[in-house]
Amino acid sequence: MSETTPFLAEPPPTAPTLLQVFIAFSVISLSGFGGVLYWSRRMMVEERKWLTAEEFNEAYALCNFLPGPNIVNFSVVFGRQIAGTWGALVALVGLLGPPFAIVTFFGFLYAYYGTIDFLQRMFGGVAAAAAGLTLSTSLKMLQPLLKERLGTPHLMALVAFAGVGVLRWPIYWVLGVLIPLSIALAWWARR
Amino acid sequence: MKDDTGALLTLAFNFALMSLFAIGGANAALPEMHRLTVDVMHWMTDQQFANMFAIAQITPGPNVIIVTLIGYHVAGLAGALVTTLAMCGPTCIFAFFIGGLWERFKHARWRLIIQTGVVPVSLGLIAASALVIARVAAQHWMAIAITVVTFAVTYRLRVNPLWIFTAAALLGLAGAI
Repeated sequence: MSETTPFLAEPPPTAPTLLQVFIAFSVISLSGFGGVLYWSRRMMVEERKWLTAEEFNEAYALCNFLPGPNIVNFSVVFGRQIAGTWGALVALVGLLGPPFAIVTFFGFLYAYYGTIDFLQRMFGGVAAAAAGLTLSTSLKMLQPLLKERLGTPHLMALVAFAGVGVLRWPIYWVLGVLIPLSIALAWWARR
Repeated sequence: MKDDTGALLTLAFNFALMSLFAIGGANAALPEMHRLTVDVMHWMTDQQFANMFAIAQITPGPNVIIVTLIGYHVAGLAGALVTTLAMCGPTCIFAFFIGGLWERFKHARWRLIIQTGVVPVSLGLIAASALVIARVAAQHWMAIAITVVTFAVTYRLRVNPLWIFTAAALLGLAGAI
């Protein structure tokens, strides 16, 4: 266990306690509207200095690559580095506990009042705006790929997009075929 | 109650499986969430799905919290807990064990090849999510206009999403939608 210290070449000058880790992730979670990446970087790197910029990028790149919710994975990877299994659990509960409570309360309210006309209209507006935000984030993420010379990666992205987004096939079939195929093609190209 | 047990099992199984295919974050699983809850199980309408997406967006915290809301809608508090655990549990265990391993092979050729292969697929998946959610939200011409304007503004400028959500909610409230 102790020989694997992936993201922390040496322990941070002030090793945080479990309570500090819990509080940090709760604060990150509660500050982050529309995603928590910005806040987690600010807390981990700029304020607490628990990670350097490079360590944060490395850890985040990994969590982006792993399946599942990125920042949730990040809390587990980071918590483990700091304090093993308990660190991972505490960071996870810190991150998910507060929004879980809030959103459950919202869900409770929604069950009773969700059909009220003016609420429906407000939700409609927010959903439309959030959709626009998702579109622009997605296009920004595509930029590096769009700048590359046209090749198989573009085809892979296009098939994933069309299969899941347009034809509405289950992601299991689409990814089950595309992921191995895309990795095989990447291997072929780099032989 | 019997019905609830069935629903809980369906939630647990589907969201656990879905999470392992959510490459690129929780949002990458949105098309599958929509397919499951609206098209396959008929747990909710398009509009209710759009509502839940909106509520999750205005809740502070990670985007994955939409699954808690879906779970609550389907099977109450137990549903909320089961769905959240199913969506986060398997991948957390995965992250816990692979975290160290992945870093150790930072410069290994196979790691680079896997990454090169997976990234474009994940980008396509996230673009698909954006399309699906834009379609679901497009209940009215004004909603489409809000989506287009938000897209144009946030693509060019760095604006706090909270301001945009507030403006969009007010537009909706003003009876535009």
